[in-house]
Amino acid sequence: MRDVAVVGFAQRQMEEFDGSPTCVELLVPLFEECYEQTGWTRKDVGFWCSGSSDYLAGRSFSFVQAVDAIGVIPPVNESHVEMDLAWALYEAWLKIQTGEVDTALVYAFGKSSAGVLRRTLALQLEPYTMTPLWPDTVSLAGLQARVGLDAGAWDERAMAEVVNRSLTAAEKNEYAVRKGGSSVEELLARPLYADPLRKHDCAPVTDGAAAIVLAAGDKAREVCDRPAWISGLAHYVDPMSMGTRDLTRSPSAERAAAAAGTAGVEVAELHAPFSHQELILRRELGLGDDVAINPSGGALSGNPMFSAGGIRIGEAAKKIWSGEAGRTLGHATSGPALQQNLVCVLDAEQKGA
Amino acid sequence: MARTLSAPVTVAFDYTRSTGPVVGRFLTGLRDGVVVAGRTSDGRVVVPPPEFDPITHEALTDFVEVAATGTVSSWTWVPEPVKGQPLDHPFAFALVTLDGADTPFLHALHVTSPDEVSTGMRVQVRWRGERTGAVTDIEAFVPLADEDSASPAGGGLLEDHLVTGVVTPVELDYLYAASPEESAFYRGLAEGKILGQRCPACHKVYVPPRSACPVDGVATTEEVELSEVGTITTFCIVNVPFLGQKIKPPYVSAYVLLDGADIAILHLILDIPADEVRMGMRVKAVWKPREEWGTTIENISHFSPTGDPDADYDTYKQHL
Amino acid sequence: MAKQPAAVVGIGQTHHRAKREDVSMAGLCREAIDRALLDAGMTLDDIDAIVVGKAPDLFEGVMMPELFLAESLGAAGKPLLRVHTAGSVGGSTAIVASSLVQAGVHKRVLTVAYEKQSESNAMWALSVPVPFNMPVHAGAGGYFAPHVRSYIRRSGAPTHIGAIVAAKDRNNALRNPYAHLHNEGTTVESVLASQMLWDPIRYDETCPSSDGACALVIVDEDTAKASPNPAWIHGTVMRSEATSAAERDQVNPQASRDAAAALWKQAGITSPIDEIDAAEIYVPFSWFEPMWLESLGFADANGGGWRLTESGGTAMDGKIPVNCSGGVLSSNPIGASGMLRFGEAALQVRGAAGEHQVDGARKALGHAYGGGSQFFAMWVVGADKPTN
Repeated sequence: MRDVAVVGFAQRQMEEFDGSPTCVELLVPLFEECYEQTGWTRKDVGFWCSGSSDYLAGRSFSFVQAVDAIGVIPPVNESHVEMDLAWALYEAWLKIQTGEVDTALVYAFGKSSAGVLRRTLALQLEPYTMTPLWPDTVSLAGLQARVGLDAGAWDERAMAEVVNRSLTAAEKNEYAVRKGGSSVEELLARPLYADPLRKHDCAPVTDGAAAIVLAAGDKAREVCDRPAWISGLAHYVDPMSMGTRDLTRSPSAERAAAAAGTAGVEVAELHAPFSHQELILRRELGLGDDVAINPSGGALSGNPMFSAGGIRIGEAAKKIWSGEAGRTLGHATSGPALQQNLVCVLDAEQKGA
Repeated sequence: MARTLSAPVTVAFDYTRSTGPVVGRFLTGLRDGVVVAGRTSDGRVVVPPPEFDPITHEALTDFVEVAATGTVSSWTWVPEPVKGQPLDHPFAFALVTLDGADTPFLHALHVTSPDEVSTGMRVQVRWRGERTGAVTDIEAFVPLADEDSASPAGGGLLEDHLVTGVVTPVELDYLYAASPEESAFYRGLAEGKILGQRCPACHKVYVPPRSACPVDGVATTEEVELSEVGTITTFCIVNVPFLGQKIKPPYVSAYVLLDGADIAILHLILDIPADEVRMGMRVKAVWKPREEWGTTIENISHFSPTGDPDADYDTYKQHL
Repeated sequence: MAKQPAAVVGIGQTHHRAKREDVSMAGLCREAIDRALLDAGMTLDDIDAIVVGKAPDLFEGVMMPELFLAESLGAAGKPLLRVHTAGSVGGSTAIVASSLVQAGVHKRVLTVAYEKQSESNAMWALSVPVPFNMPVHAGAGGYFAPHVRSYIRRSGAPTHIGAIVAAKDRNNALRNPYAHLHNEGTTVESVLASQMLWDPIRYDETCPSSDGACALVIVDEDTAKASPNPAWIHGTVMRSEATSAAERDQVNPQASRDAAAALWKQAGITSPIDEIDAAEIYVPFSWFEPMWLESLGFADANGGGWRLTESGGTAMDGKIPVNCSGGVLSSNPIGASGMLRFGEAALQVRGAAGEHQVDGARKALGHAYGGGSQFFAMWVVGADKPTN
């Protein structure tokens, strides 16, 4: 395997983006930031890959205009996944592994506020016996949370602790759309919303976009003092059915963590759009109490659809670049109740081919 | 003034789903008042039956009927139902393990307060009066006060009338916003002007203006008011009617390169028989009456021939 | 660093029809998958990862359907990717699946692409009105017809060339049991007599709307040894450009020309028309055959395409047989159409194309494009392991 590193990262998160769902307007400055970080122009990028969703935008081929933001004359080597940025990064990492290219810029965007997000996501479910009931995202998460509460796998205090820590950490994140910790007691005193969930247990509806730059070997060292080397990258999926899964667990997350190798991780950015899901992930990823979780505030402070998973990898990379940590982890999830999971482990030390 | 223009869009279609044999069997059961489960190779009785066995990956063929009564294994409160959900007032979604099944099934539970729900409570199916073979044939689960009051099991499946399809209406409401550059263009139209913008890098004039020049990846900036006269570069005569079509066919949809622009816009050509429209033909915008104007390109009703000689092919061939 | 060798050892497709009312989406995909696995002598348990491709989610009204399909496709507990690059997606998906092997990450990858267009209406899904815009859009035919007109003007092509392509592909389809259209007795005259839909495109010059799926099993060199006839991947390429840009060539887009040049270079091909034995080119409207022949370098870009077509050079027994399967003009499950081109190319070099086999085919092209002629995916497969 080639040594590939994260060497650039830019993001935007907002409660309501008032521009076009093509998000071209958001992408142009993100790419500029990536060029500033690397000293590159678009011509230095060997491969491009984006992630987005037609249903989020409300129209077919919603991604085709996004390539305008690149400036695509001459044409580019480019692909698109109907998935989160983290999987676009995976495809780009693959492309670099084949040896075809040495560099890649991946991006994703989504205007969650264009529709009613929790309702739109009901279209992600099994279409014959689930979608016709329009089970919204919050309800599905509530069912999962209750299973764990009833089984004693977690309690509402543990959920509130996740929220308090996330919103406190988010105070230092300029991109966070929800921030401000208080205390576990104060959070628990707030009313239940979708019993057993309180509003703060659920990620805020967030618009946004993000971009990540990858480079192999010397290309990475040329543009970054402390490249965040990808030492493990893996993703798996579980069945969708809410009935046949043990909702207190996430086998795909466990498997991804085992394949990526999470030992020695100091900082983990977990994509947990609901507070109890962080508790599941910490267990499945084998993260002990000594691991700093979501110093960015995580998805509970901002969850731009189709970027939020990749943003976790970007945030994890920043901790390597700054020298704050030697090994970090970024995680992304997709589908209802943690159905699909990706784990990316980043290292300050190059593994060596 | 808002930075951008926005307008509602509804994306709606009644999807016609073919179910295949397994989902069809389940929906047939619902139509006939019976809940059909599948027995998977590990011996579990699963509702709804999975189409393929999770272990052997073979198509599922072992069906069993389970009761219409069961036990809540998890639930969540729905304080603000969204459009299309089984009940239009606050209710619970529940995972219910039906008697005879090993795994729970997701549906609505009709109660009026979260205080009326608990894990482990007994519930039963409330069937819809007229059933068609859809998951909504179950209106909702309702609390089962005492076991003797459980509604009797259905009369069995009408095997020779299996459900093979189901219609699923999908209607989503969006608020569509134009980009700031496009918004400037549409606002110009509301004043009877066609506004383009020039790319600061390649100096090409884009109409409508763009958040990114597709060649250079930077927003177009310098405003350029364009002529309402232009040249048809190429076109198509639309003879085919289709669902959702706004203009009655036949009509000519043409790329019109306005004088002063470097990119053509797509519009309608009228006032000439369709088979006389030509590449290179000079055309002029025909505006609707001013009182009908809004912030839309539909302010221009269509383009009409000017009667001037056709443009020379060499003047527009690089725009094809 | 060189790519790891990769080969196609299993190919499966459904019987494509206007409405496959006998199967669900999962059933449709499994029909193709099970045939591909049987061909490869494998079961789902042998597969390391699965890559799913399809075109817009609005077609079936399911957002990211690979999630609900995961268990039925045997993907539970495995890596699952979902590619969407518009009409080129079937090709791009096969390329992403290949890269999993070429990168040395996996040894046995299953890829499936599908579309179940009968669940909705493609014209509707592609023409949802955008506020403030002129509602003149009329589906894919309405989009491409003006560019066909431009080609005719630019190349001086006689107006019956499109009909020659349509008659050829429809007759080729009679030799393909999986093809959607089996229109006996299609002639140039009958095509010319069919209704003008999107002038200059006639009814018989357009692709049908199909339900269908295609699946491929792509493996590493060691695994390929067990196959009697692997189709080795000699080159893969993807290129994209903008839908609309000032002075963009929409007849012969630069992304297409660039992609072809890169592909031939990778595959070590200097004269495509002499070295490629069969081509499966994405031709949803008949005129795109001569257009792509020129863009791909099978003919000169000054009307060489239509001359090659007119001369019979693209027929089954021609110099460069194009779309022996009947092509997109005979079966068009949109998301799968590109993978069908890639798979049919592989069938040719494996000598497994049945009645539409080109005798002795050793190298073949699979081609797909999408969006507004802006996304391109292509591969070259060969009967011999590549030496480069």
